[in-house]
Amino acid sequence: MLDNLQLLFVWAPILNVQVILEGIFVGAVFALSAYGLALVWGVMNIKNLAQGDFVIMGGYMALALSQANVPLPLILLIVVATMFVYGWVIYIGMIRRIIDQDMFVSLLATFGLSLLMQQVMNLIFGPEVKIIDLHMVNWDFFGNMVTVPSSKVLSLFLAAAIAFSVVLFMKKSRTGQAIRATAQDPRAARVLGINTDRIYAITFAFNSALCGAAGVLVAIIWVIQPFYGVTYSVRSFAIVTAAGLGNLPGVIGAAFGIGLVEKYTGMIIGTAYEVAAPVSMLVLVLIWRQYSMRRNRQVLR
Amino acid sequence: MKLKALALATGAAALAVSVAGTALAKVEGDTIILGSSISLTGKYATNGLHTQRGYDYAVKVINEAGGVKVGGKSYKLAVKYYDDESTPARGAQLAERLIQQDGVEYMLGPYSSGMTKAIAPVSEKFGVPMVEAEGASRSLFTQGYKYLFAVLSTSEQYLSTAIDLAAAERKKNFKSPSEVRVAMAFEGDPFSMDVRAGVVDKINEYGMKIIIDDQLPADLSDMSTTLTKVKALRPDILVISGHSKGAATAARQIDEMKVNVPMIALTHCEAAKVQEKFPNASTGFLCPTQWVETLSKSDAMFGSAAEWNEGFKADNPSYTSVPYQSAQASAAVYVFKEAFEAANSFDKDALRDAIAAVEMETFYGDIKFSEAGNNIAKPMFMRQIGADGSYSLVETFADMSYPRNVTY
Repeated sequence: MLDNLQLLFVWAPILNVQVILEGIFVGAVFALSAYGLALVWGVMNIKNLAQGDFVIMGGYMALALSQANVPLPLILLIVVATMFVYGWVIYIGMIRRIIDQDMFVSLLATFGLSLLMQQVMNLIFGPEVKIIDLHMVNWDFFGNMVTVPSSKVLSLFLAAAIAFSVVLFMKKSRTGQAIRATAQDPRAARVLGINTDRIYAITFAFNSALCGAAGVLVAIIWVIQPFYGVTYSVRSFAIVTAAGLGNLPGVIGAAFGIGLVEKYTGMIIGTAYEVAAPVSMLVLVLIWRQYSMRRNRQVLR
Repeated sequence: MKLKALALATGAAALAVSVAGTALAKVEGDTIILGSSISLTGKYATNGLHTQRGYDYAVKVINEAGGVKVGGKSYKLAVKYYDDESTPARGAQLAERLIQQDGVEYMLGPYSSGMTKAIAPVSEKFGVPMVEAEGASRSLFTQGYKYLFAVLSTSEQYLSTAIDLAAAERKKNFKSPSEVRVAMAFEGDPFSMDVRAGVVDKINEYGMKIIIDDQLPADLSDMSTTLTKVKALRPDILVISGHSKGAATAARQIDEMKVNVPMIALTHCEAAKVQEKFPNASTGFLCPTQWVETLSKSDAMFGSAAEWNEGFKADNPSYTSVPYQSAQASAAVYVFKEAFEAANSFDKDALRDAIAAVEMETFYGDIKFSEAGNNIAKPMFMRQIGADGSYSLVETFADMSYPRNVTY
């Protein structure tokens, strides 16, 4: 470990650039799926354990489309639209019935959904890891010390564009306002004439579409496999818990933060501990919050 | 009275038939049932399927050639499969179900050392001989199992040949092998850890230095941090083992990050099809293999290695290059056939002794089991991927192209 620290900060500080870039690329993709989870959790109080599987499903859809030689922008549009419809169907079929129930019901139900999706994808696509190879150029800088695949840069831009359009949608459109209103107080929203059931459907479908978009990016820059969804679910939960619900800038910041922590942990301690990093950070954040909110707690004696 | 007698007689007959039925469940009619709990879903599913196809192909060829002759009669082979979902606990459950409920008395092994480790105690407990073809961990053969036999070479041999080649390169240039600097990345599963143990043994033998020793996580999709260190520290040889997904991820990121190490050796290249998916980056990769289709071994049932290869591809057209997992699976079924005929009986203990005494040349290589059950007659082969995506056998350092210098 000391060797790795020395490597990073004494012998080849240029490597920091590589690690930071990797962290940012990772964080951008996580930010998308985390924001979807934050929406669903904030608006409907559903903890969607199938989040990662929605991502992988989007990835497989993109894979199938790319094998049919559909151009990338069109792939993104088709996947987003199809996943939106899929999310709506899941909402009507399943989520609607568990909205008012307690936490464990939503966890169990979405866990079951996750298992179902994993196995169906495994049946259809098989268990090998797959990628979409766009054959894009890989740039290198600083004498091959820092390599940047242009596909990752593309994915960063796409993630930023999608996040930007989501922010615009939530701030400016009527539906976005309705969603935020429902999140604040469903009963008041209903009194004011908002069809909360429809808003819940839109929110869940929106989450599904966001995950689908994240899935397209994942398929391009990493690998997809039917059983890898859990990685994204865990990271999304960690990010949302750290950032708080419905707070998009917070989610983006936390996502990048977790991405960076992951990559630095991997570099300094070892690749095996990369997965431990976001979860440990989550624990630290929760402890810190517990401590800092001490004064706000009152005890009835 | 007559009715009562008739009822009694019918009842007794039914009882006799049912008892006889379960006693002969392992042989139904003229079919010998072999049982197998195998990974059709989950993280080992890729190779589980390769294995299943190997078993099925062998069963087909043997049946078409007249089946298995026991007691003067010809029997067909059939395999009863259950999906163990790549979960050891499930595999053990299913093995017990095969043996206790389904009455199976002869088992074919699962995929991966982890699964075999879970199932071996079960077959051992019931005295059911198991011939496995996909569990290479050497720790399987230190437990004193009497009913476990493996046709493949054990795991610690997989990448140690690569270390030998690195040492040979140094010696050729009149330098000491202890100058070699090794970078390693292994997944944390039993097989990869055994491969690592074999590599570390060799490294210690030569006195080489380990400069990177990373353990890869189970859901591996990104090893960029390991490769960043590799680029910075410039090792002489890079050794990776993480099953098919490790090979696929490594090849892809080596391509993306433009990594150039003079020697790169990794396991599961063929199973992950790296020569197809990353033709440029995979140039120069050293891949261990249990079996090569150009092997000069043959047998009466499948012909030469090349003939087995052609026959298998004809039956499974999606394969351009057949992974050795399928070849060794076929060899395991062949061992059963030979053992049945040698024992000339269905008794599982007689069969076990017959298997232990097997000494045969097959298209897969020579098979002879040690006291512990592993195959001591077959070595591990190293192959190198050329610029055209073809695999060529590397028996000595002179056979390989060195150093690996790929332009990205």
